[in-house]
Amino acid sequence: MLFVGPFFALFAAVIVAPLAYAVYLSLFSEKSSGLGFGGAETVFVGLGNYLDTLADRAFTDGFLIILGYCLFYIPLMIGGALGLALLLDSGLARAKKFFQLALFMPHIVPGVIAGLIWLYLYLPGISPIVDLLGGVNFLGGDQVLGSVVNIALWEWVGYNMIIYFAALQAIPAEVLEAARMDGAGAIRTALSVKVPLIRGAVITTVLFTIIGSLQLFTEPMVLDNVSDGIVSTWTPNMYAYNEAFGNNDYGQAGAASIILALLAAVLSYVVTRWGNRR
Amino acid sequence: MKWMSRATVNILLTVATLYTLLPLTWLLFASTKSLSDLYSTPGFAFADFNLIANIRAVSAENGGIFFRWYLNSVLYAGVGAAVSSFITIMCGYAFDKYQWLGKEKMFGLVLLGVLVPTTATALPLYLLASKVGVVNTFWAVFIPVLVHPFGVYLARVLSSGYVPGEVLEAARSDGAGEIRTFTRVALPMLMPAFVTIFLFQFTAIWNNFFLPLVMLNDQKLYPLSLGLFTWEKQGNAFPEFHSLVITGSLLSVVPLLVVFMSLQRFWKAGMTAGSVK
Repeated sequence: MLFVGPFFALFAAVIVAPLAYAVYLSLFSEKSSGLGFGGAETVFVGLGNYLDTLADRAFTDGFLIILGYCLFYIPLMIGGALGLALLLDSGLARAKKFFQLALFMPHIVPGVIAGLIWLYLYLPGISPIVDLLGGVNFLGGDQVLGSVVNIALWEWVGYNMIIYFAALQAIPAEVLEAARMDGAGAIRTALSVKVPLIRGAVITTVLFTIIGSLQLFTEPMVLDNVSDGIVSTWTPNMYAYNEAFGNNDYGQAGAASIILALLAAVLSYVVTRWGNRR
Repeated sequence: MKWMSRATVNILLTVATLYTLLPLTWLLFASTKSLSDLYSTPGFAFADFNLIANIRAVSAENGGIFFRWYLNSVLYAGVGAAVSSFITIMCGYAFDKYQWLGKEKMFGLVLLGVLVPTTATALPLYLLASKVGVVNTFWAVFIPVLVHPFGVYLARVLSSGYVPGEVLEAARSDGAGEIRTFTRVALPMLMPAFVTIFLFQFTAIWNNFFLPLVMLNDQKLYPLSLGLFTWEKQGNAFPEFHSLVITGSLLSVVPLLVVFMSLQRFWKAGMTAGSVK
């Protein structure tokens, strides 16, 4: 078909072929012979690279970082976005259009730029908040995870808020009327009627947030330059990048990319299945 | 009682708004300052007004490369999103309006593509591109971003909503060929879908960092985000780069904010269509 041809040609070229090639590469490893004379030779190692990658502390530690990040980030994100959406939907908010736009605005800022703006807000000397908070070190080893969480929160809270707000607006007026007739106050209605009714939207965003977190790359890469708390293999994606460009180990980089792609794909699949069942 | 809760609600919303807007406000203040004022004056106050001088410094750095990056970003994201939206809409329209053998299997493949995140394909793309010898070219960044599986899904859904089959029948019985029917009849009806998908793609490409980072060595091919990222790296050794990055960031964000605020209707439609079924 003429109409679907261009899409599928590109699809094959930029998704199928690279993934297939990465799988192929991941099955080989470069072994330098003896003292390195005669150059390296490429040998078939089967799943060796996958086992090496999975056994590499630097790679698995990346997942621990992601886990810590999620435990910190998801409650803040969902709590914040849901709270804001409920406030906007409470019937008491003024200037709803303005608030929606203002809260969404950071999402329009590209990730790298958001990272750069916050980098300066964390950087002693330039930052107006470091001194205000008594010289707190946002970029230290213990704090930097929180600093990355904050950047992501800033970028995404308004986005999720708009999704929740749209879901809240779709709740039929009769349901809310019934709650009021039963004597439920505004807060009670919000927590026991509205939130359960938009449960679907909340769970979907949680899962999408987890999938996004798995790929964490841009923000820590930006902060990497000024923070000694971030190592070059801080997240799994940074690990894959470092294997390719730091260690020139394409086999290992391919294996790490494939593991990540599979993990993200399986998670997304679970989300869509869950969504369709609903 | 009522006014108290009204006040609480609005105060909480205002506090949240301060959180989202103050960093951008700071950027605005900071880009008007000279390097020494940047360090020595309060963040949210004006010092000597140096915005023009800063913009001039940004333009002059490395033979005006900043505007080259600007042009690249516009090409990658603007032209890329336009081409991509056209391909995507065409494909989604075909999935909606035509029948052929193995159609649903092919659509399953598209949905499979939705599952694979772009950051997971960036490195494999680099590995393949370096094998084929196209790394460090314009096309190495431009072509991969043309594929947008989620857009095809969205276009199929929107096409079944916007384009009634009878209209197409009418066009055909008037003697219009399939291509003509699509470009003259269906495409205009799909314009809102086109804008929605365009905006989705535009943001995705403009935000893309991993792919240009791995593909490009030549500074002349960089998009804005990658260029500013490399400038910032030099800031440790040469503090004047901090000034350049701050003003450069402002210049790169302002047009985006303007475009998005004027096209609110479309991205909101896209967001809610994508996430709240």
